[in-house]
Amino acid sequence: MSADLHQIWVYLSASPLAGLTLTLVAYQIGLWIFEKLGRRPVLNPVLIAVVLIAGTLSLSGIDYRTYFDGAQFVHFLLGPATVALAIPLYNQFQEVRRSALALLVALLVGSAASALSAVALVWTFGGSKATILSMAPKSVTSPIAMGVSEQIGGLPSLTAVFVIITGIVAASLGTWVLNLVRVRDWRARGFGMGVAAHGIGTARALQVNEVAGAFAGLGMGLNGLATALLLPTLYHLIWG
Amino acid sequence: MLGTLTLLLLCQLAGELAARLLHLPVPGPVLGMLLLFAGLLLRGGVPDTVQDTAGGLLRHLSLLFVPAGVGVMVHVTRLETEALPIVAALFGSTLFGIAVTAKLMAFLLSRIDPRLEEEPTGEDRP
Repeated sequence: MSADLHQIWVYLSASPLAGLTLTLVAYQIGLWIFEKLGRRPVLNPVLIAVVLIAGTLSLSGIDYRTYFDGAQFVHFLLGPATVALAIPLYNQFQEVRRSALALLVALLVGSAASALSAVALVWTFGGSKATILSMAPKSVTSPIAMGVSEQIGGLPSLTAVFVIITGIVAASLGTWVLNLVRVRDWRARGFGMGVAAHGIGTARALQVNEVAGAFAGLGMGLNGLATALLLPTLYHLIWG
Repeated sequence: MLGTLTLLLLCQLAGELAARLLHLPVPGPVLGMLLLFAGLLLRGGVPDTVQDTAGGLLRHLSLLFVPAGVGVMVHVTRLETEALPIVAALFGSTLFGIAVTAKLMAFLLSRIDPRLEEEPTGEDRP
């Protein structure tokens, strides 16, 4: 009996099925907790799922690589999802054209402010070069951030972790900061969240206000594009 | 749904090929997104099936972050030894970025397009 169980365990821990199922179940639990406890921004479903999975893997002694063999099927969808961002961008195209100049200036300044302040803070407090390079693209959605990180010599998996924590920080404290600097225009509030904190910031903006949500989605898409185009170019100019 | 998935993958593949062949410093999926956006502009609208499938994929966008997020396990040592710079940068730059972007955007909008809290018309929806 226990020999059978052992064989089943050996089979399951090596098959993609376990990692894939664990990912979906943990995320569903995360969503359920988020909904049940009043949709508090701190109870981010991604955060809950990551903690649950990392805990399960540590307790059962399965390493990350084995888990990722299964979870990569979910991870792979980030590519097509990035392509799909063209659709909300197209849907908002009328609105974009009307405030195009304000959007463009705020995008370039905001994107640079996020990336440069991140790099400057890591450097000031004595972080390593790998950490600096992995931190630079952390404001944009993870498929783009990981691609940029890889190109400039950062660690894509470390960047992904920074991207997710950035989103969780913004979702929890963004409203407070926006009130602090007294910005009342919903378009500006949403755009700030989208530019600085990608999809997780956008999800938070959508919870609060529809206009803010639309501009956050726009900010996410535009900053993804701006960062993908400008950051590798900037890096090659500075480091050669 | 199958057609949309094929379309998304074709755009991504074309983007990857273009990025590699032309040595562009841009991730393939981003070029794929630009390609699809250009296609939608040419066509002048999003087909319903594409709208639905893409909407479904993007609604669960945060699920797709989970496998990469679990990668935090691999980086525990680095996160411990560089805790101060990492925490300072993540909190400081994220909140600074939100504040700068929103404040500047609000200032510019009040100059060129002062419609403070008007609802969008939704006329661009298909």
